[in-house]
Amino acid sequence: MRTGPELLERTAARARAAVRICGLFRRKPLGLVSLAWILGLIVLAFWAELVAPYGYDDFDIGRRLQGPSRDHPFGTDDQGRDVLSRVLFGARTTVVVGFSALAISVSLAAAVGVASGYIGGYVDLFIQRLVFICLAFPGLIFVIFVISIFGNSPATIILTVGFFFSFSMSRVVRAAVLTVRESPFIEAARALGAGSLGIVLRHVLPNVVPVILVVASSQVGSVILLESSLAFLGFGVPPPFPSWGRMLNEAQRFMVGHPHLALFPGLAIASTVFAFNFLGDFLRDVLDPRLRGQP
Amino acid sequence: MGRYFAYRLLSLIPTVVGVTVVVFVAVRFLPGDVVQQMLGEYGAASRELRERLLREYALDLSLPQQYARWVVNALRGDLGVSILSGRPVVEDLKQRLPVTFQLGVMALLIAWALALPVGILSALYQDSPLDYALRGLAIGLLALPTFWMALLIISYGFIFFGWTPPLRYYSLSEDPIRNLQILSIPAFVLGTHLSAIVMRLLRSTMLEVLRQDYVRTARAKGLPELVVVLRHALPNALIPVVTVIALQVPLLVGGTVIMERIFALPGMGNYLLSAVQQRDYPVVQAITLLSAVTVVASNFAVDLLYGALDPRIRYSER
Repeated sequence: MRTGPELLERTAARARAAVRICGLFRRKPLGLVSLAWILGLIVLAFWAELVAPYGYDDFDIGRRLQGPSRDHPFGTDDQGRDVLSRVLFGARTTVVVGFSALAISVSLAAAVGVASGYIGGYVDLFIQRLVFICLAFPGLIFVIFVISIFGNSPATIILTVGFFFSFSMSRVVRAAVLTVRESPFIEAARALGAGSLGIVLRHVLPNVVPVILVVASSQVGSVILLESSLAFLGFGVPPPFPSWGRMLNEAQRFMVGHPHLALFPGLAIASTVFAFNFLGDFLRDVLDPRLRGQP
Repeated sequence: MGRYFAYRLLSLIPTVVGVTVVVFVAVRFLPGDVVQQMLGEYGAASRELRERLLREYALDLSLPQQYARWVVNALRGDLGVSILSGRPVVEDLKQRLPVTFQLGVMALLIAWALALPVGILSALYQDSPLDYALRGLAIGLLALPTFWMALLIISYGFIFFGWTPPLRYYSLSEDPIRNLQILSIPAFVLGTHLSAIVMRLLRSTMLEVLRQDYVRTARAKGLPELVVVLRHALPNALIPVVTVIALQVPLLVGGTVIMERIFALPGMGNYLLSAVQQRDYPVVQAITLLSAVTVVASNFAVDLLYGALDPRIRYSER
């Protein structure tokens, strides 16, 4: 049971946090806009059927390659499919692939970073060597290399992209763990007889969660860019389900004379990456005051 | 400086060895072996042919032996033979690398040429509308996918200027002017994307340097503002920014693949993509290895440059 004063203190703390976040939103309204955009995207990913005026694969050859009109605000593609609907359904690909890859990289980075930072010694040295080796590969080349061997199923792409982003993230987590490890409260917990696993789960991990969140949010934009680059090069979810990157790939043959084919899917990618980058900066301001004002 | 150099050089070895192991081992995960892949292309083949190929690719040796052979050959400049063309991979790369290299260098130059004035102006006019506009530009550029930018230039370039990307590639020695015309647009697209990171970092280091005492001294002794900024502040602000090159090189290697595909340039990236499509593993392996080594080498170069520019760095390394 919580006692009265404790409850009061907690409520007050929550209110202060709420006020601070509202103030931040007022100073950085774009943070709020970005958040709204991303929430809209997630909603769309689940319920594109309800919003999109047509299905993603409803073709009408008689209406192929039309410019934007009242019936088709974003125009139609070479098979007469509605570009707006395909962009809306494409949000699902971006959200599913992007977030699954992010989830994989965050959990992997947390596990590797905490293990490396907390255990230290030769384990740390060994893990860091491995991370350095993996970091030597350029992202796009790394993923293409792996895909060329294991095939380009969506699962392989998600795993590989997630794996790739975990390298650099784990470095940040490790650095945070190194500072937490030396804190007096860890020593206190150890003096009280807590085991290593207990210390890691109960004391170290909660203290590096803000860092993990900040790093993760700053990487979403890059994850989405990499995913759409791969789709653009022809490695991604199989057709006919749309992804923004592949829509741009398909646009290439007809875009001279039909620029709307290239315009709208790219606009969707750019604004989504922009929103995630902005939200990342914003989250960093909220969660990690020490980093405030840095680029 | 000598010790710093030696220390850095030695620490490269495990990374490079690790990279070769990763590339070598990953390809062994292929279902079957390379020979089976090759024979698969041409249907059933005689046992004799299979055994001859096995020996040719040294697949009859043990894995460590194969690895050693592969590394020794790579050090000698032999990266294997393309399954598809039957030519040594190195021969193909000799023709293709200059294109990619030139594109990359041009993109880097454009990135820095764009970023320097923007970063300086943004810091000098901190919190002015100009600063906000330039910072907005930088954040916007970071979010722009390069392939989208390239497609927009192609599709709207045609509408407004009647411009289409040239169909035939001319090398620098063949026709320098045409070559620069062809490469300038993909280099510009890559360069603008890369410049955003430099802009943001230079702005913040510039702001820090401009607050230093020696800048105030320079101003107090009556130096013109241009001299203060360019000769006293900028060199010091640039030191940490130089490390960004190490971040840019991996992005650049990936970026050239995309640009070469869009603009049909006969570079390494296009070679890689067609090799992946046709399962030409010696080529895929060679290019992956080469790009990882490029990244490691550029990190090393940046480390050296950083040590040369900032004596504090090389003394802290014991």
